[in-house]
Amino acid sequence: MQEVMVKRASELMKDGTVSRVLGWKNGEFVYDPTPAVFESAEALSAFVYNDFCASNLSKYLIALSKKNGKTLVFLKPCDSYSFNQLLTEHRIDREKIYIIGLECSGKVDEAKLREAGCEGILSVKTEGEDIVVDTLYGEKTLPKADCLGERCITCKSRKVVAFDEMIGENGEVNSECGRFDQVAALEAMTPDERYEFWRGELSRCIRCNACRNICPACSCENCVFDNPKSGISQKAAADTFEENMFHIIRAFHVAGRCTDCGECSRVCPQQIPLHLLNRKFIKDMNECYGEYQAGAEAGSRAPLVNYTLDDCEPSVVYEREASK
Amino acid sequence: MQINNEFKPKIVAFCCNWCSYAGADLAGTNRANYPADVKIIRVPCSCRVNPMFILRAFQRGADGVILCGCHPGDCHYTTGNYYARRRMTMLFSMLSYLGIEKERTRVEWVSAAEGAKFAATMNEFVETITNLGENKRLEDLRCKK
Amino acid sequence: MKKISIDRLNELFAAIAASKALYMPVDDGKNGAKYSKWSEGTEYSKAANTKRSAKDFFFPQVEDMAEFNVNGKEIEIIDTREECEEFVVFGVRACDAKSFEILDSVYLVDPVDSYYASRREHGIIMTMACNKPTDTCFCSAFGIDASNPMGDISCWMNDSDLLLSANTEKGQALLDSINILDEADDNAADDTKAAIKAILEKLPLFGLSTEGMKGKTLMEVFNSDKWAELSESCLGCGTCTFVCPTCQCYDIRDYDTGHGVMRYRCWDSCMYSDFTLCAHGNTRTTQLQRFRQRFMHKLVYYPENNGGVFGCVGCGRCLRSCPISMNIVKVMKTLEG
Repeated sequence: MQEVMVKRASELMKDGTVSRVLGWKNGEFVYDPTPAVFESAEALSAFVYNDFCASNLSKYLIALSKKNGKTLVFLKPCDSYSFNQLLTEHRIDREKIYIIGLECSGKVDEAKLREAGCEGILSVKTEGEDIVVDTLYGEKTLPKADCLGERCITCKSRKVVAFDEMIGENGEVNSECGRFDQVAALEAMTPDERYEFWRGELSRCIRCNACRNICPACSCENCVFDNPKSGISQKAAADTFEENMFHIIRAFHVAGRCTDCGECSRVCPQQIPLHLLNRKFIKDMNECYGEYQAGAEAGSRAPLVNYTLDDCEPSVVYEREASK
Repeated sequence: MQINNEFKPKIVAFCCNWCSYAGADLAGTNRANYPADVKIIRVPCSCRVNPMFILRAFQRGADGVILCGCHPGDCHYTTGNYYARRRMTMLFSMLSYLGIEKERTRVEWVSAAEGAKFAATMNEFVETITNLGENKRLEDLRCKK
Repeated sequence: MKKISIDRLNELFAAIAASKALYMPVDDGKNGAKYSKWSEGTEYSKAANTKRSAKDFFFPQVEDMAEFNVNGKEIEIIDTREECEEFVVFGVRACDAKSFEILDSVYLVDPVDSYYASRREHGIIMTMACNKPTDTCFCSAFGIDASNPMGDISCWMNDSDLLLSANTEKGQALLDSINILDEADDNAADDTKAAIKAILEKLPLFGLSTEGMKGKTLMEVFNSDKWAELSESCLGCGTCTFVCPTCQCYDIRDYDTGHGVMRYRCWDSCMYSDFTLCAHGNTRTTQLQRFRQRFMHKLVYYPENNGGVFGCVGCGRCLRSCPISMNIVKVMKTLEG
């Protein structure tokens, strides 16, 4: 796929359609490609696309669409939802972007390889349905399906929803993906159990802000947590309250706009399952206000900036709880 | 030494200027009783209350937070309370999801004419919170003393 | 050199914990390890290293410095420092052990940071040689020998024994106080060291060199046109700084508790946009400047002021946790090229 992408990118660069390409650059290892902008066809020699190109490039387009000339971007299905959402919020100028959609069957999570005991990784190769990891301490063969990121295992859609052209076949929305199963499992617990669960998770937070800064929905020029007058320190988890506060407010601020791309959980250095907060909001909104997928189409109105006269009352929360 | 540690909850009530704030006033004029532990904060509309207000109230020592606005359809600004309704539904659900006692938060629609309802709501809410006890799960230890 | 059978590790831990608080890496159930206090039943983790560095023991993420109680015009100042417990940190890797020297060179020079100094005095570091270094390790680039870690007591583990050797008086005193240790030959750890050295040479980042940094003047590196491409995708989060064992910057903040003021300090990150925000404005307004600062500090400024010692120990935590996989190794290689 990488060759096709580089070929197409240099064609578009040479015929003047685009002035730059946003993609991934190879790293020290196979598993650490970095998002990068390529300004010339020659620079594309460092372009890489492999199973580890997980990062969502949509957010970079906010800055790039302010530059002169068109930017070519490669979007995976989940990234294209974020792109649409940013279009909806008027953060990206669609005219300045040329999108090549990518067929995607899931990205490998480096952490999963480590979990499976791969340390001292020397190389990673895909062989059919398997991943062969060569390490200093021996070779390991793992089924690829087991090494995918959490968000890929419960992939909601393989459909690229915004593109100018596709490489590979466009996929389908998968409404049976089971992405709310874990949320439902938590809902079924007692409040005490849930409290314990979330304290366990959130207490590991080091407030590095990686989840916020990677999030395509967190595109405010100035975040509320960067306001020293907000009364909450944006750097340190000085009190357990702050961890709760930060994550509740962040999830709330992106509620209805979160496309469930899963970047927050992917980048968390402490492996906090942050997507479970966002998915809770998505699940609730689906149940209370009808099915809605942020970013499925540009320009749609999110549930929290909308209403109907006969919405459920907030007390529905107690009733649902009681009915379990 | 015996210390009287009978628990008196601190309640924060966000009241819409156009309805429940006047409702509270009416409750006062009618000499309807409700506990002095309820601290009223006047807001221009129920939808002025953002989730941070609610969390901040808990941080600063509230044991229960109640939001009072105009009955759906009666918003002074036509639609504000409809938005507030959705937002609070989502927020309360999230708090409950995090294991925070769902009874600590509430929304009630109280009009300017419903002084009696205001007093009754507050009495009932204070009782609920008294039974629940101190807010432990959303407290900020630095603010306690 | 002393030794104890690995079957009796728990007895050793119990003996240490009898007089001092004992901390060690423990599996966190999330495919990594974290430092936890030992108690009966705690399992020592064999993970390559902990996710968070060991600097927390001496330079915690958040620490209260003082409290102010305001009563009218009276302001009462309360020193919130508590008596520091005597503690032992077991299983510190060579890279993290070296990071303490770097922190010392900042916090123990005049004016001495008394908060840090007190913890340093009360802590004993027991290091552990890395039997299984991993792909993200590059401590050798900074002259650190993972087969021969420093600290108050160095430890090696082979199939049968744990070998211990004291490097400082504090360490010697601790070893002397434990009476279940057996005497061992002074070269008992040589096989383990040799085995580790052989692996170290095979690490993918083994050849990483700092030579490229040495020939250049400060301004040459500062004005390099490489910074733009290196920093272009940086998100400006603080992950690299917060997992870094040598990052030492902090912010002091006041928190209004409603009945007084709590003054605390917390880690800060030069990657954050408000790091250099002061009354007159912000001196670093772009992510390029902030990004450059972090690496200039580690690779240029710090060595310039500290006799050529680099401000990085090659633990590889930033390689694992950066959301966009940008890291100091890429920076070094790019600047060199």
